[in-house]
Amino acid sequence: MTRFSFLLRRPFELIPVLIGISLISFVLLQLTPGDPARLLLGPKASEEAIALIRQRYGLDQPLFVQYYYYIKNVLGGDFGQSMSFRSAIGPVLLERIGPTLYILVYGLFLSVLLTLLLGVLAARSRGRWLDQTIRVICVVGVGVPSYFVGLLLILVLSLNFGLFPVSGYADSFVANLHHLFLPALTIAISVTPILTRNFRATLLQQMNAGYAVAALSKGVPENKVFWRHVFWNSLLPTVSLFGVVASFLIGGTVVIENVFNIPGLGLLLVRSVLSRDYLVVQGVTLVMASGIVISNLIIDIVVAALDPRVKT
Amino acid sequence: MKNTLVSVEDLTISFDTTQGAVDAVKGVSFTIKRGEALGIVGESGSGKSVVCRALLQLFAPNAKVKRGKILHEGKDVLTMSATDLNAYRGEKAAMIFQNPSTHLDPIMMVGDQVAEGLMIHRKLDRAAATKQAVSLLEDMKILDAPRRAKAYSHELSGGMRQRVMIAAALACSPGLLIADEPTTALDVTVQAQILALICKIRQERHLTLVLVSHDLGVIGEMCDRIIVMKDGQIVETGTTEQILTAPQADYTKNLIRSQPSLLPGREEHAVSDKADIVSVKGVSVLFPAPRKLADIIGRKPGHVVRAVDEVSLSVRRGGSLGIVGESGSGKSTLARVLVGLLKPSAGTVKIEGLDQGKDRARVIQMAFQDPYLSLNPSYTIAQTLSEPFKAHRLCPLSEVPARLKALMRTVELPEELLTRKSGQLSGGQRQRVGIARALAMSPDILIADEVTSALDVSIQAQILELFKRLQQELDLTLILISHDLAVVRYLCEDVAVMRHGKLLEYGRSAEVLRNPQTEYTQALLKAVPRLIESKAGNTRP
Amino acid sequence: MTKSLSSPARWLRQEAPTSLKIGLAVTLLWVLAAALAPVLSSFDPIAIDAANAVLPPSADHFLGTDSVGRDILARILYGARIDLLMAVAGVIGPFILGTAIGLLAGYSGGWIDAVLMRIVEVTISFPYFVLVIAIVSIMGPGLTSYIVSLTVVNWVTYARLVRSETLVLANADFILAARVLGFRGRRIMFRHIFPNAIVPSSVFLMTDAVLTIVLGSSLGFLGLGVQPPTPEWGVMIAEGRTYLGTAWWISLCPGLALCSLAFGLSLIADGVAQILDPEA
Repeated sequence: MTRFSFLLRRPFELIPVLIGISLISFVLLQLTPGDPARLLLGPKASEEAIALIRQRYGLDQPLFVQYYYYIKNVLGGDFGQSMSFRSAIGPVLLERIGPTLYILVYGLFLSVLLTLLLGVLAARSRGRWLDQTIRVICVVGVGVPSYFVGLLLILVLSLNFGLFPVSGYADSFVANLHHLFLPALTIAISVTPILTRNFRATLLQQMNAGYAVAALSKGVPENKVFWRHVFWNSLLPTVSLFGVVASFLIGGTVVIENVFNIPGLGLLLVRSVLSRDYLVVQGVTLVMASGIVISNLIIDIVVAALDPRVKT
Repeated sequence: MKNTLVSVEDLTISFDTTQGAVDAVKGVSFTIKRGEALGIVGESGSGKSVVCRALLQLFAPNAKVKRGKILHEGKDVLTMSATDLNAYRGEKAAMIFQNPSTHLDPIMMVGDQVAEGLMIHRKLDRAAATKQAVSLLEDMKILDAPRRAKAYSHELSGGMRQRVMIAAALACSPGLLIADEPTTALDVTVQAQILALICKIRQERHLTLVLVSHDLGVIGEMCDRIIVMKDGQIVETGTTEQILTAPQADYTKNLIRSQPSLLPGREEHAVSDKADIVSVKGVSVLFPAPRKLADIIGRKPGHVVRAVDEVSLSVRRGGSLGIVGESGSGKSTLARVLVGLLKPSAGTVKIEGLDQGKDRARVIQMAFQDPYLSLNPSYTIAQTLSEPFKAHRLCPLSEVPARLKALMRTVELPEELLTRKSGQLSGGQRQRVGIARALAMSPDILIADEVTSALDVSIQAQILELFKRLQQELDLTLILISHDLAVVRYLCEDVAVMRHGKLLEYGRSAEVLRNPQTEYTQALLKAVPRLIESKAGNTRP
Repeated sequence: MTKSLSSPARWLRQEAPTSLKIGLAVTLLWVLAAALAPVLSSFDPIAIDAANAVLPPSADHFLGTDSVGRDILARILYGARIDLLMAVAGVIGPFILGTAIGLLAGYSGGWIDAVLMRIVEVTISFPYFVLVIAIVSIMGPGLTSYIVSLTVVNWVTYARLVRSETLVLANADFILAARVLGFRGRRIMFRHIFPNAIVPSSVFLMTDAVLTIVLGSSLGFLGLGVQPPTPEWGVMIAEGRTYLGTAWWISLCPGLALCSLAFGLSLIADGVAQILDPEA
């Protein structure tokens, strides 16, 4: 009966969601135009090879049997063959996860930093010019497309001042801290307005909460009331908001990778759509959906660590 | 003036609102004597809470002190430096609040919250402060204090939370304790325990107490001197005996008259002699607790909450029954079964007329508790009241306006209100509209579910009077759900006491209240503060 | 508020939040610009004019020309038609579908609710943008597939908002009162629950229009949305990418146009939220 015992149960509760995700992916695959066997083998395949594939993937069988094969293959890491890469999709995906994960985590880190800073600054100077400025930036910021921000950053920092590379991916972790700073910053800029707005509003609301007034009445200095009580209580709703933001972030990497030409899943996704490499599109979609499921699990852990009331 | 601890001089506080600046406190002056217990009583909007918070310089962000001083031992609290203020708060004066569940930090262990003041004012290290916090919790009669100190606020009961808050306030032995409605959010039986605790601690520690409450009963029982406030001004000041026995201002007189514990009991002989219109036999309502997926897979049986547990009772036509209990007693669930919102899991409900195929809505109607949620916010009052006529075609459309006017007269509301929306009405007015809506169906039975619990006492007294009149004029059968025995005694010939879903006691109200059979009913009765008896020697009617 | 009903114009002038006023003004300007595009510019937004390629802003071409010599101002004005259409078409479908499903789930409860909510849960497990792209990949890029894919993906947001509000309302005293008064389910649903349940989702509608316009132009930018040579702002920004160092105006101008429209819509959203929820 510890606070975290529910986390052991959590993975089992995810099974229905995972089944649902695989079902939707399967349905999307069914809806793709053309013969799936030909999709797998490419347009130049022989009739015998196609017949063989039909049998192997059960494509001549009823739909639920096909679904069974689909699941079996995916669980075994077999996402089929890519037309444009002329190789198995599994390893291609694996290779592309690294860069995507890098800019995701890097961008997340920067956005958390920015959100905490701006949110606290705004709330503590409530109503004054600093607060108003941050508020306006947040309202404007929601509507600025991330690819435009990326291009502006390239224009100013890379082309004009030559501070950062325009595109690509370096080969070491440390080098990428510099190399991928602009893409990460772009991601951070795209989610920070929403997070900051929410965090500021929560901070303001919690600053007037009963427990904060009670702490003041005990003679706890205002500064300490803020950092020991208000701040931690305000983190909770903002952390929960990350469930929505995670989806936003992963979508954001697709755009950013294309702006900065980073060889990650997003670049792969868009290229595959344009070259009608449907199986790769399915593979990327599935991987990214699993990413959301995992990130929700992480959010649950963080919330449980922050909030003793969680006992689901 | 050695005797004076605090003197408040010409205090005026205004609030910035969307309608411009509004003065919440207007030129208030009074003194607090060392060692006394001072009560400040008033209804909502009287400014009593604003005044008591000002004593610690606690203000809402939109509040502004326009003028005035608050001198504590000669020093003005309102102009103190931040350092002096922090030393004053907690060491000289401290405060406990109305709602202990929102005034404790939900994510910090309660022991740490008690220790917090000690670490700041006494510069104790964590271990020493925690040790002292545990002993403070023990002083507050919290059993198993070392373990409780490590609990979080949501793991404690309401009464326990209030004890924690008192311990935290008294940690650095302030001489002045300010209590803002300390028992309003608690059940009556717990309320009595907390008041007793405050009394005891006050004597042990020679505290000066300022008690703020809407409840004259609580104030009368606890305080030596009373200040009566209304609309941001002091109406009257005097010793408790003066105020309670010889009030000067009309407002005070009315306030005392409106006290539920001072309402007269129903005449004992006026009892309906007609046949039963409602009879409830062995009714139970079970709510399955939500089951977790793991439990369903593991085939563990789900938990069941017995909200109502084999209750049998009846009401005579034209009679009145009061169902009394604290929160969680099942009284509201039972009411919902009667009006057909819930189906009983076991037992039978027989309502005269329903078996002859009469529409339930025309036989039994209900008025609801929350004046803010009981009316559709997007409707005007006319729309709300005309809907029953239109939906059930109770009368030709051309007659509806006349019917609405008649209804408004019945519940004593001016016709002009018909064009307003519920947001523009006061709480009492909204409750009257809710009653009028129920009466539109001309029901035989009216259930009133805690209709007055969210209202000020003077408004409550008016609504209760309305019920009394309606019952006589319209020959209504009344079922009153309330947590307040005094209210029930005023209106009802029969009373049913419920606890944890079970019917504990049931009979003529005069009989039950005079001679309660169960300990619980005795405790309920004892818990109702009865100022006049104890302080002024008045006997209850 | 009663006065606002009698005279909306006066209310707007005197009592509306500043952000709402500015937002409405900016948005209205763009609507006018889109409607009057042929009047405001005499250039053809699509015809190629290689002789005048990559000209910087001048008295002839106020915002310069792009890589094939088309006037950028003309393309921005005609592009406003597409982008405004995307903002409106992108939220209406999801709003209607999501509201209907949310009401159904919240009011009927039981297995209908359980099934619908599982579908919602699974749909939000996909990153929004990625699922849109996956559907676009099946249908092929273009305006139709943009609208279809957004409706398929985005209804869940509205369904959740409406459902949770419906659940709160279903236990509100005035709904219980309506049931005790013996009103029929249809009356309770459409006269009491529906008008109150759509308030939060209507507020979100404006914020969503901003997100949608950004998303639609992102698709255009990636080559998955409206197809060139149609003037769409995202497409235009993409076309100028290679000239970023030498001819900044090709990307920058449509980018600023997009930001200003999104800004106007955000301010409307902010103003509406302030009116309905003055706390924030």
